[in-house]
Amino acid sequence: MTDGLALAAHGLGKRYRATWALRDCSFELPEGRVAALVGTNGAGKTTLLTMIAGLLQPTEGEVRLPRGGRVAFVAQDKPLYRNFTPLDMLRVGAKLNRQWDQGRAIDWLTRFDVPPGRPCGKLSGGQQAQVAFAVAVGSRPSLLVLDEPLSDLDPLARRAVINELLTEVADTGMTMVMSTHVVAELSGVADHLLLLADGALLMSGDVDDLLAEHRVYIGPRSPEPPVPGRIVQASHAGGQSTFVLQGDAPVDEPWTVRPATLEEVVLARLSAGWTVAA
Amino acid sequence: MVEFRVDRGSGLPAYLQIAQQVREALRLGWLAPGDRLPAVREVVATSGVNPNTVLKAYRELEFAGLVEARQGAGTFVKAGLGTGDREALGQLYEELAGWLSRARQAGLEDEDVYALLRTALDPDRERE
Repeated sequence: MTDGLALAAHGLGKRYRATWALRDCSFELPEGRVAALVGTNGAGKTTLLTMIAGLLQPTEGEVRLPRGGRVAFVAQDKPLYRNFTPLDMLRVGAKLNRQWDQGRAIDWLTRFDVPPGRPCGKLSGGQQAQVAFAVAVGSRPSLLVLDEPLSDLDPLARRAVINELLTEVADTGMTMVMSTHVVAELSGVADHLLLLADGALLMSGDVDDLLAEHRVYIGPRSPEPPVPGRIVQASHAGGQSTFVLQGDAPVDEPWTVRPATLEEVVLARLSAGWTVAA
Repeated sequence: MVEFRVDRGSGLPAYLQIAQQVREALRLGWLAPGDRLPAVREVVATSGVNPNTVLKAYRELEFAGLVEARQGAGTFVKAGLGTGDREALGQLYEELAGWLSRARQAGLEDEDVYALLRTALDPDRERE
């Protein structure tokens, strides 16, 4: 495995009976990156994450981790023992992990006001999620894999959890891969994008590079964009046309050009569905 | 201490937004040579941006010769940016704030204000 990589997938695939949930998935993720895994429902996100976590055997291909790499995985349903208290869960975490940082785990529970002595079954969905995060950061992973980590949380808690996770990244240098539906919240959070559709990896790449190469042109209705460039998406409504282009040529009035947002690029790529080399 | 705000709805990459905010702080005199930029961890904790993004912004400013990283101590402002007289700047700001409130009363929106400002900066453009 190449130095400086936190994770590499080579020709990874998983078949359930006759159906491929994921096929021919190859990418590399450098250490310390924060990767967002984005895709439609059923695109294969959970299958990919579960294979990265080592909990699911690939049908073909392989996942490579650096020697001594420690992966922590927080599944979407965040399984906990209902009768265990958060403190019990930390004790389990301490026993099951070779490395354990009780201070970090306790800090997390305290930060999010989780009652440490109440059985997990009696905690709210949001608090249960926090217990799962506390166990995950307590295990001091080199790679933290999160499947829809924000889905049980209200918008304020989402922000707070993202801030804390990114602070962990800053403190420990760990790498993070998280799947999410909420693309609009990813700007400045994720620096690497993995885009999945129908069991295939559409793209893997640096978020800033991706933003730098896309522009949105808006102007009077027209079948063609005002400047050359690869059309990622074209839409026409009333007297107005909008093109998401790969290219950044300046344009004359009455056309206007502005940078594309990550959400626009993702949605355009998902609806266009064309594959690019990563 | 400057605090960065990242507009997540903007297509401008977050690292460029941060670099731009440092440049503006330099122009307005909120940051002066010798000042330390907030530590990466502080920025991450307060504005919820990725540490790599903050490092990238600081590197960009370093390439531009505006800041320097000192081993173990942090990133410090090396050069100022503003060319104007500081006192005049404060006076002008107050006049601008007054002008802006009159513009609002007249019903001008942000885009109208920008259009006026661009025209005033480059009067020939509109006469073509």
